[in-house]
Amino acid sequence: MKTNAQIEEIRRDTFSELIIRKGRKADAETPVKHVMVCAGTGCTSSNSEEIISRLRVQIEKHGLGETVKVVQTGCLGLCAKGPIVIVHPDDCMYTMVTPEDVSEIVESHLVGGTPVTRLSEGDSQVVKDFFNKQMRVALRNCGLIDPENIDEYIAFDGYKALAAVLSEMSPSDVIQTVKTSGLRGRGGAGFSTGTKWEFASKNEAERKYVCCNADEGDPGAFMDRSILEGDPHSVIEAMAIAGYAIGSNQGYIYVRAEYPIAVHRLKIAISQARNYGLLGRNILDSGFDFDVDIRLGAGAFVCGEETALMASIEGKRGEPRVRPPFPAEKGLWQEPTILNNVETLANVAPILLNGAEWFADLGTLKSKGTKVFAIGGKIANTGLVEIPMGTTLREIVYEIGGGIPGGKAFKAAQTGGPSGGCIPAKHIDAPIDYESLIELGSMMGSGGLIVMDEDTCMVDIAKFFLEFTVDESCGKCTPCRVGTRMMYDILDKITQGNGTEKDLDELERYARVITKTSLCALGQTAPNPVLSTLKYFREEYIAHIKEKRCPAGVCKQLIVYAIDPEKCTGCGLCKKNCAFGAISGEKKAPHAIDPEKCVKCGMCLTKCKFGAVTTK
Amino acid sequence: MNSNGCARDMIDEENARFEGITSRHKDSKGGLIPILHEVQELYGYLPDSAFVRISKTCNIPLSEIYGVATFYSFFSLKPKGKYEISVCMGTACYVKGAGRILDRIREELDIDVGDCTEDGKFSLSACRCLGACGLAPVIKVNEQVHGRLALADVSEVLNQYE
Ligand SMILES: Cc1cc2nc3c(=O)[nH]c(=O)nc-3n(C[C@H](O)[C@H](O)[C@H](O)COP(=O)(O)O)c2cc1C
Ligand code: FES
Repeated sequence: MKTNAQIEEIRRDTFSELIIRKGRKADAETPVKHVMVCAGTGCTSSNSEEIISRLRVQIEKHGLGETVKVVQTGCLGLCAKGPIVIVHPDDCMYTMVTPEDVSEIVESHLVGGTPVTRLSEGDSQVVKDFFNKQMRVALRNCGLIDPENIDEYIAFDGYKALAAVLSEMSPSDVIQTVKTSGLRGRGGAGFSTGTKWEFASKNEAERKYVCCNADEGDPGAFMDRSILEGDPHSVIEAMAIAGYAIGSNQGYIYVRAEYPIAVHRLKIAISQARNYGLLGRNILDSGFDFDVDIRLGAGAFVCGEETALMASIEGKRGEPRVRPPFPAEKGLWQEPTILNNVETLANVAPILLNGAEWFADLGTLKSKGTKVFAIGGKIANTGLVEIPMGTTLREIVYEIGGGIPGGKAFKAAQTGGPSGGCIPAKHIDAPIDYESLIELGSMMGSGGLIVMDEDTCMVDIAKFFLEFTVDESCGKCTPCRVGTRMMYDILDKITQGNGTEKDLDELERYARVITKTSLCALGQTAPNPVLSTLKYFREEYIAHIKEKRCPAGVCKQLIVYAIDPEKCTGCGLCKKNCAFGAISGEKKAPHAIDPEKCVKCGMCLTKCKFGAVTTK
Repeated sequence: MNSNGCARDMIDEENARFEGITSRHKDSKGGLIPILHEVQELYGYLPDSAFVRISKTCNIPLSEIYGVATFYSFFSLKPKGKYEISVCMGTACYVKGAGRILDRIREELDIDVGDCTEDGKFSLSACRCLGACGLAPVIKVNEQVHGRLALADVSEVLNQYE
């Protein structure tokens, strides 16, 4: 247990130690350096753990243990160039580091004082462009602190908002501030966070609950996981603030079991917060009690829906129920409950520290603040970015994202995951905010943004999302269980080359019914990927139906493999690898594929070193 | 100690852990799902016998336990292979060709998603975003992630596992 004065002391001491990470030069007498290594899921997958352990060994070996500190951080965002190593205070970022590079970094930079330009200069422009237009509020600490050390969170104003709230503000002041800031839910629907808290605060009950939605269902998005991995305390602090605001003493974080690193760091963070008395009884001597527990999800997308999530915490099948009553009235165990998304919560402490007006000044008229996006797909700089609301898609794709690789053309960006839609190239200058995305037939969603190029088939993408909803529909209501299946079957038929034009009308008709009659938002939004691709890429559907042709060369039944005689050198590699004997040709002469024997397995395509195999 | 005794010790140890799990969560609200998580961690999957024991110790109808366990895709009622392959079918991986990778692995191992090879070596599943979209397309074999995977690399990756 610590008093507020003790926490302040920790803040002062740790901050003076960490200040070199904020660009302040250390004095020459004590050449302290912090070597930050990204240990987010992306960089861990490309072996950053090995880099960390080699760094530690080498640093010890060179007797630098006293002055150089190796820090494992959360995701910095530039996953495409990972693993990333940053050396403070030299403001030096190394990209695509391998374990073999470690001794050079240690010997040349840390011992000799000469940065390894080979690893820092190649991508320096990319790094500049990537971070230039970003603004970090929710991700403020990701990459800056060690997520497993509460002192580092405290150093950068962590738990300061909670202390201020408990000592100076009434619950209704807190709610008013959050309301005035204009913060809206980042989990998808964009509902006013302050208003939601107000509803729950007004409902009198013995017990109330604060839940955090860390179920991150959008397949292809990892914003929430990165916040939990990089800055778990920001979520815990906000939950305690929310608890104070609505009059609740118990919080639950519902997190996907598939996120082992996030779960591990959350557990550490909760136990550290309890040790410091920032969770538990009588927090900071204010008389307010609040604790947080973790509940693991178990791989059901529908559990992201609020009533289903609560059923799952109760230990039942995660099936949604009809609303009203809304959770603010009857939620978990029939008590008033609020549910907020991870990123929503990560914005709360900065709002209370910097004031509602500061936040309300960021973004657009109706969408305040920033939004984190996980950009992926056919884009150079895949990763995590946080931008002010109102930034255009063009800025994200071309300036931050570095454009489309391989000189291909931008075709569309998909947002909102299985509930969202595609934004075509002609709307690339649209500002990203809640309203304009809805207007374009997509939605903000939780922040997945997948870029597609000319090689992506839009019918196939629509089918991909429908397959996902068919799989994930909980089966409780008929329109969603049966309707999505019927839509999927039609899409499948079209990609096989057996569609008719009447099928397109049928798709639209089913979509209307499913949207209107499904029980929860899973079903209500499931047709969106089909409707938006039909709206912007109808000609592609028509090509599949009338010409039996897949313009992007994706749909297996409709493509023919062939060899371009101009490019074929006759090396024979494809012939050797074809398990079906479909390729013939003399050495050094152009080869040919027999369409009768070809099963379209794609082996020749992957083996050809000259790009001579075509699929059109 | 002979090998029989050793095996018996292991079974005793497993039983003790099982009882620890049920007694820890038995009286807490919403304890069934945490129990299933931990039991799956213990055995690698959820065997039938475990359902019966959970039902008896925690006084929850077998039908309810079964209903919950089959609702969530994370719970597996079948044993997994020595190496569990998860192919990421998240959107970012999909647009980069994860579907073809999955097809190739299916052909290579001659099993379907959700199944295990006859020798118990590999089991195959499709999962959603692993959070490594920067490396798409991605597959995971047990805890090891293989990224930027080309179709041509598939057999080589599988051959790494003995
Ligand atoms: C099918 C479905 C899946 C959802 N998945 C998520 C999710 O993964 N993460 C999330 O925060 N919200 C998700 N939501 C939205 C939540 O129901 C809820 O609106 C949100 O968590 C509220 O928090 P917010 O107001 O802070 O956004 C989902 C909704 C539906 C209908
Ligand atoms: S979509 Fe495969 S790792 Fe994200």
